[in-house]
Amino acid sequence: MDSGPATSRAIEVRHHWREFCVAVAVWVAATSVICVLIWILADIAIRGLAEVNFGFLIEDVQDAGRVGGIGPIILSTGLILLVCLVVAVPLSFGTAIALTERLDKESWFARNVRRSLDVLAGVPSIVFGLFGNAFFAIALGLGYSILSGGLTLACMVLPILIRTSEQAIRAVPAEYRYAAAALGMKRTTILFRVVLPVAMPALAAGVVLSIGRALAETAALIFTSGYVARTPESLLDSGRSLSVHIYDLAMNVPGGGSKAYATACVLVVLLLAINAATALLLRLAGLHNRSTTGGSL
Amino acid sequence: MITTENLCVSYNGRTVLRDATIEAKPGSILGLVGPSGCGKSSFLAALNRLTEIIPGASVSGRIQFDGQDIDTAFPSSVELRRHIGMIFQKPNPFAMSIRRNLELPLREHGIHDRQHLGQICESVLRDVGLWDEVSTRLDQSALNLSGGQQQRLCIARAIAIKPQVLLMDEPCSSLDPMSAERVEQLIDSMRGQYTILIVTHNLAQARRLSDQITIFWTEDGVGRIIEQGDTETVFNETSNAIVDSYLTGRKG
Repeated sequence: MDSGPATSRAIEVRHHWREFCVAVAVWVAATSVICVLIWILADIAIRGLAEVNFGFLIEDVQDAGRVGGIGPIILSTGLILLVCLVVAVPLSFGTAIALTERLDKESWFARNVRRSLDVLAGVPSIVFGLFGNAFFAIALGLGYSILSGGLTLACMVLPILIRTSEQAIRAVPAEYRYAAAALGMKRTTILFRVVLPVAMPALAAGVVLSIGRALAETAALIFTSGYVARTPESLLDSGRSLSVHIYDLAMNVPGGGSKAYATACVLVVLLLAINAATALLLRLAGLHNRSTTGGSL
Repeated sequence: MITTENLCVSYNGRTVLRDATIEAKPGSILGLVGPSGCGKSSFLAALNRLTEIIPGASVSGRIQFDGQDIDTAFPSSVELRRHIGMIFQKPNPFAMSIRRNLELPLREHGIHDRQHLGQICESVLRDVGLWDEVSTRLDQSALNLSGGQQQRLCIARAIAIKPQVLLMDEPCSSLDPMSAERVEQLIDSMRGQYTILIVTHNLAQARRLSDQITIFWTEDGVGRIIEQGDTETVFNETSNAIVDSYLTGRKG
């Protein structure tokens, strides 16, 4: 009996000690994540920012990238993205609408579409690159071109774009559909006039997220859109994307380091802007949903 | 106007309402009351075939509109719903302007003339007593209206396409008392123009509003109708013990 209070005190101290350790561990983990981000950003900014100016953004690539700017690279990146979106967005929205509005969620077809998407999402991007090279560049005869690169990226972003679009459409409250149906509106009208407008901010967020993915991609593009750093004259010309340019400068061009960092600065700023845009769109979508709760008591 | 015979509704094979037989007389208000979960809302949703888009729902039995089977009277559900409108418990205006909310269903039904659309908007908004409150902000979002105003807008939207029948699923229960009273007055004023079937949990409201009343009850988890007739008769002289204790607040 005597040892009772003393033992429970010991347990209490041990508990405190454990609480303290866990608290420190999680704080350290969280802080180090921020530190890693800051380190990367600072490293890129310190080594690259000095090279970035308006001229850098529009000038031609000279001496394999050691001199000059990244004008053609930005143009090529934009064109590749454009091809990617023009193909991926209609395909994804169509599939998402089929999955949400037309198909029974548990049907054989819907389940297999979802399974295919999950598999597709897990495929490494270098495999997409090899596939794009074999199919678009060689089998379809598009060669190393912006078209091949854009189409390959489209395949790559399909899973994420379809999943986000599906969630966006599913998040539209069923009340809207019931209200519209009860007013004698046809299925297509309900979809285009009522459901999709409500889902629009979230759909847009998915597109922006995919743009981020596509911008950051290197492996899928090396074998498809190629290395050529000239200004492309058509979609069938090869064109080098920002991330491929960074890779090339860092790996293959002695003395290209500072330009690689400068290009990285441009890419990171673009990606940060895209992240901010996603966050903004999602917040808009959230506001949207909240204001539909109706009663304002 | 609307009659049903042995209407049954089930979800994924589980029956929630059995053998519902009713008659709603033209221009009158039929109150549907009873405890929660006895199939009143499912009954309403079956009448305009909204059950079609509710996953897992299936309906059997007979529904007649003006003496004709609804399946033969209306070739499609879209056509049927133009004649049988519905008001939901939670006001559900679309996330668009007040004007667009009213015009969207009208355009769907083939009215495109600007002037004509404007006239209909004004007249239905006057009918629901909303015109003076919103006439200067028709192009603002309908979601900025108060709950009661939203519900009146939904009623305006429903009557804009000139249905003969209106199904109302607890139209006042998500509103504050003042708004609820306002909506109740509106429904009362619509007597004679529309055949109204109204589900309510508020017995006093059912008594004030309805000409006839139908009482639903749950037995072994399945809803069915245990009493119906003229409202005052049922309230004053029902012979059914369950109904009597329900109406006097001792049960349900």
